[in-house]
Amino acid sequence: RENEGHQGPAPPFSAGTGAAACSSPATAFTFAAFCYMLALLLTAALIFFAIWHIIAFDELRLNPIAQCNTLNPLVLPEYLIHAFFCVVFLCAAEWLTLGLNMPLLAGHIWRCMSRPVMSGPGLYDPTTIMNADILAYCQKEGWCKLAFYLLAFFYYLYGMIYVLVSS
Amino acid sequence: MSAPAGSPHPAAGARIPPKLGGAAAPAGPGLGPARPQQNGPAQNQMQVPSGYGLHHQNYIAPSGHYSQGPGKMTSLPLDTQREDYYSGLYTVPTQNVVTPSTAHQQPGAQQMYGRGPPAPHIAGSTPGSFQGAASSASHLHMSASQPHSSFVNHYNSPAMYSANSSVASQGFPSTCGHYTMSTVSNAAYPSVSYPSLPAGDPYGQMFTSQNAPTVRPVTDNSFSGQNTAISHPSPLPPPPSQQHHQQQSLSGYSTLSWSAAGLLSAQDNLVRNHTGSLAAANNNPANTVADSLSCPVMQNVLPPKSSPVAPTVLSSASSARMPPTANQLVEPVASVTQPSELLQQKGMQYGDYVNNQASSAPTPLSSTSDDEEEEEEDEEAGVDSSSTTSSASPMPNSYDALEGGSYPDMLSSAASSPAPDPTPESDPAPAPAPAPAAPQPSKLAKPFGYGYPTLQPGYQNAAAPLNAGLQPGNPVYSGFQQYPQYPGMNQLSSSLGGLSLQSSPQPESLRPVNLTQERNILPTTPVWAPVPNLNLELKKLNCSPDSFRCTLTNIPQTQALLNKAKLPLGLLLHPFRDLTQLPVITSNTIVRCRSCRTYINPFVSFIDQRRWKCNLCYRVNDVPEEFMYNPLTRSYGEPHKRPEVQNSTVEFIASSDYMLRPPQPAVYLFVLDVSHNAVEAGYLTILCHSLLENLDKLPGDSRTRIGFMTFDSTIHFYNLQEGLSQPQMLIVSDIDDVFLPTPDSLLVNLYESKELIKDLLNALPNMFTNTRETHSALGPALQAAFKLMSPTGGRVSVFQTQLPSLGAGLLQSREDPNQRSSTKVVQHLGPATDFYKKLALDCSGQQTAVDLFLLSSQYSDLASLACMSKYSAGCIYYYPSFHYTHNPSQAEKLQKDLKRYLTRKIGFEAVMRIRCTKGLSMHTFHGNFFVRSTDLLSLANINPDAGFAVQLSIEESLTDTSLVCFQTALLYTSSKGERRIRVHTLCSPVVSSLADVYAGVDVQAAICLLANMAVDRSVSSSLSDARDALVNAVVDSLSAYGSTVSNLQHSALVAPSSLKLFPLYVLALLKQKAFRTGTSTRLDDRVYAMCQIKSQPLVHLMKMIHPNLYRIDRLTDEGAVHVNDRVVPQPPLQKLSAEKLTREGAFLMDCGSVFYIWIGKGCDNNFIEDVLGYPNFASIPQKMTHLPELDTLSSERARSFITWLRDSRPLSPVLHVVKDESPAKTEFFQHLIEDRTEAAFSYYEFLLHVQQQICK
Repeated sequence: RENEGHQGPAPPFSAGTGAAACSSPATAFTFAAFCYMLALLLTAALIFFAIWHIIAFDELRLNPIAQCNTLNPLVLPEYLIHAFFCVVFLCAAEWLTLGLNMPLLAGHIWRCMSRPVMSGPGLYDPTTIMNADILAYCQKEGWCKLAFYLLAFFYYLYGMIYVLVSS
Repeated sequence: MSAPAGSPHPAAGARIPPKLGGAAAPAGPGLGPARPQQNGPAQNQMQVPSGYGLHHQNYIAPSGHYSQGPGKMTSLPLDTQREDYYSGLYTVPTQNVVTPSTAHQQPGAQQMYGRGPPAPHIAGSTPGSFQGAASSASHLHMSASQPHSSFVNHYNSPAMYSANSSVASQGFPSTCGHYTMSTVSNAAYPSVSYPSLPAGDPYGQMFTSQNAPTVRPVTDNSFSGQNTAISHPSPLPPPPSQQHHQQQSLSGYSTLSWSAAGLLSAQDNLVRNHTGSLAAANNNPANTVADSLSCPVMQNVLPPKSSPVAPTVLSSASSARMPPTANQLVEPVASVTQPSELLQQKGMQYGDYVNNQASSAPTPLSSTSDDEEEEEEDEEAGVDSSSTTSSASPMPNSYDALEGGSYPDMLSSAASSPAPDPTPESDPAPAPAPAPAAPQPSKLAKPFGYGYPTLQPGYQNAAAPLNAGLQPGNPVYSGFQQYPQYPGMNQLSSSLGGLSLQSSPQPESLRPVNLTQERNILPTTPVWAPVPNLNLELKKLNCSPDSFRCTLTNIPQTQALLNKAKLPLGLLLHPFRDLTQLPVITSNTIVRCRSCRTYINPFVSFIDQRRWKCNLCYRVNDVPEEFMYNPLTRSYGEPHKRPEVQNSTVEFIASSDYMLRPPQPAVYLFVLDVSHNAVEAGYLTILCHSLLENLDKLPGDSRTRIGFMTFDSTIHFYNLQEGLSQPQMLIVSDIDDVFLPTPDSLLVNLYESKELIKDLLNALPNMFTNTRETHSALGPALQAAFKLMSPTGGRVSVFQTQLPSLGAGLLQSREDPNQRSSTKVVQHLGPATDFYKKLALDCSGQQTAVDLFLLSSQYSDLASLACMSKYSAGCIYYYPSFHYTHNPSQAEKLQKDLKRYLTRKIGFEAVMRIRCTKGLSMHTFHGNFFVRSTDLLSLANINPDAGFAVQLSIEESLTDTSLVCFQTALLYTSSKGERRIRVHTLCSPVVSSLADVYAGVDVQAAICLLANMAVDRSVSSSLSDARDALVNAVVDSLSAYGSTVSNLQHSALVAPSSLKLFPLYVLALLKQKAFRTGTSTRLDDRVYAMCQIKSQPLVHLMKMIHPNLYRIDRLTDEGAVHVNDRVVPQPPLQKLSAEKLTREGAFLMDCGSVFYIWIGKGCDNNFIEDVLGYPNFASIPQKMTHLPELDTLSSERARSFITWLRDSRPLSPVLHVVKDESPAKTEFFQHLIEDRTEAAFSYYEFLLHVQQQICK
């Protein structure tokens, strides 16, 4: 809905820990609530990505080239989705939520900066991916992200309800 | 421990028990003391492998079943025969035995058979054996049946592989595969058949092979020694008569004593039978006797006894036909496989092997060169259990060896060494032998053998190794070294069964060395690989360190312990090394663990006759019915004596289960740069000339295909279809979308289109002389090559002379010449584009490897170009500043490299899997390949000069095991279109204390692994990081060691003796082109050095890192070795410091791929005149790359020494004569790594720096 538009800046809704300041009253459906809903849906997608990532790395041992080819195209969309709702939260002035997402955002940027020499999109190089260190890192990364997205999912749900209720 | 121990040990136990059983105790003692006593032959066999011997004894004692006894016996007989051949040489102690046995012998021959199994089996087996035998026999006895000979021929011939198969089919069609083993090296059973020996002198070959086996056992490689025996089990009905038993090398040595008793007519099968019988007799006796003390002796004695026994056995056998207990081995001439060069090298390196080969050798050595491939194929060796034959064969081998350099003896001795000399005993016995021997003189060999046998093991070792060891690193030596150190221990441990020496103190390797005070840290003799602290038997069975080494020969029990030691844990592999002796096994079923797919190997344990326990995953597996039959001995129920279980390096002929598609033919495509730059450099002339010369030597069969492409700014294809009157050139100028003009006629059959190919090669060098095209469209040309090759796979050889400047994959110059000597940051070590990597992965997927020859005078971005070879399992050659007239030494190098490149063995569509005991895991791989799975490397091509390294980590504690094993299996298609699997298995003990870990450090392997890791670090992080990591490796390991040694003064920098060279080697690495800073180094040179570090096998890499320096103006014959009738002086190694260079001297530096001879200003004019051919120092030219052949003693010595060094490596190094004060001397002086340079520490300074870091 549109009415959120102006509300956004005003109410720093924040959910989460008690620290969060909740505040102003508003209409039933604020921009912040919309942000949370959007984030909720997109996070569901990201969870899917993370699961896919984990499965792919589990199967990597079978065929690294094919797995890298399936994984690499998904990297950029995932990062863009995450960056997108970070921006949305920024617009909604959901500072706490944004803050919680900043480490992951930074991590994504760092990954992009340090990616191997590749002509195509993506991060994973089939020639080095089987290196035990890199493989372990990627697998750990997959599990961590899954955990983060799951927690974030429930956090967004909570945030959304909180916003709706408080308004 | 117990549990695990159980498994590993059990294995030993399984095998041993029988043998050792009673014997064990006696054996142990027996070995040492016994040696002398033992009768010649028997003892020899027994002793040699002391372990084996023991086993035999054990076997005997416990069960009659085990053929071991027989085996030995058999071998004896053979020996006797052989002895005859040799006649005089060997006394025939054995013969005596033999003779008696002979009576039995005939039966005896069968004994093997008999033993085993029921007649039926025998029958089945026999056929194979017969054939094999026959063939072998024929080989051996030339006269023998022609048919056989034919077989032989097969072996010899290129067809060899086929031959084997054919044989099988013929003979044994139905059943079983034969096992052909070329050489079975088990020390224990030297028997070998020498079927392969086609050449003619079967005996000689046989002998050698046998000998070899024996020898080897001692130290390193059991391979060589053992080998050989391979029998074809097939069930043919064979011609019983033929059984040649060759077996035995083990005994062989001892054989000396054996004397050939009867060689007899060896030619005849009869003879064989006799031998066989003899052997059998022996065996039997042995068994019986076993109880009694020393086996060897017993055997001798036994004969009589055996006879009875044997008979029984025999009888059964006889029905089957036992013929030949002897295993026939076809030895492959094993050597064969390896080209002559290899042989030489190997020979050098592994005296043992050499010997073996030698056996076949006489011919082989010389001839082999041609048929490398063939050689491999053929090897069937009889194994030994039937030692009888072996004995004979061994002898010959020895002889050969002797000829070669006395190796044989060594070998034998070595074998025997464990058990002291058999000779004495044998001698006594022998009397009979001589007579026989005389009769069959056929081959024989050379008399040297006698002397050796008598020698004490120690001596023998010493002597032999040297000879053999042209190459310094031979395992053999190491083995020897160890011996002296803990003979007692070994024996003890062996008798204990598998426990390793862990408990034993290792005084030498743990001796603390104060580095800052030890002025001459570098030993004057080459550094050998340490031998894992295993019991004697396992030691003998263990893989040769030349093929397979671990940085820590004692594996720490836990990751925590490993972390404490601060040393890298990893494996260094040279899996496709040219071997002179290789058991080749043809079998319907390749026995593997059902859960982890490990191939059965010498370190598994047999729980009982029908079950074996995997040594990697501990699963209990059934022994297949077919495996119960031992083709070598023709006996049944002895799975532990099969060649697979007696050799840690074996090759299987794989069935269609191991193929995804029919084996591909050999396909070679040459992609040549013909831009102006390339034409100017003039490499085409050299290449075309080399190709013309070696066209017939390209590995391949009748299906071999070849093609050519050239490119500048366009791509030119050559239609060579048969029927054309001249080659047609097709030009494709659309480089953005390359297509193949006539896909079917660009790769043509080498034989059908040979004339056209020759026309093209003759025309090519002049076709582009006037070209003005300066661009290079390498990328599109590679894409076209990929399209051309993808239906079949094969090898693409790319010759490039400049930066690719057009089309896909074009590169920009990235090097800033001002940064060449920067001490800060070295950039651009990684690729600029992933085009070449992607292309390589595509190629790898289509089983195509890309080999790059970069001949450029300017920066060509090797870092990017090298990717095309790195990930497709190709190889990289780099010739900086190449010009065919201006830089003749590079031209010469290219020429020599091409010769090797074109003619060396090659394996196609290969994969290599590395497995290790549960608890360990592969961490990172180094080399040129694509990692397809956590333990699977995809290798489009495999060549004998490729080395690999693997980092390991310890995932689970190894507390419940006392041994860990590593197995690499290389599955490839030979150039003859045969699918083969080469399996290496390495066994190491597990230790729980830090001191034991330090005691077992293989410093050379550790350095090579560190170098590989440092290359990765340089590319992924930065060069300075990598350098810091190298220094930290020294600092950490030495401080970790220091903290374990409490009583040392803290001010001193102390290292265990095993690590005393570690700081020196690390300093050498820091000054190596790849890692040095501050000295002007071109980026391509640096990247090439890194490529070499990643892909060179250890032996070559070590010379690159730390060259060898010798003083050559005063060569003497003191300590010289004899190789092929040449006396090769062995000057001591000098440390790499200018302080060792005196103006009055001349020094040779061996850098692996380059030799420098530095002539001091005050060098004796006599030397200059006698060796260089110039009257005085002033008249020596600035550029001199050859030593003239002058007829003076010093010239002869210098040349034979250099030739010997050259022969020990695949690529012939270029020689530079450097005058003191000539500009070229900087090249020489930069290798003096112990000296200070502007940018780097001297060795002493480096030590102080390390000490400072430790104290921090």
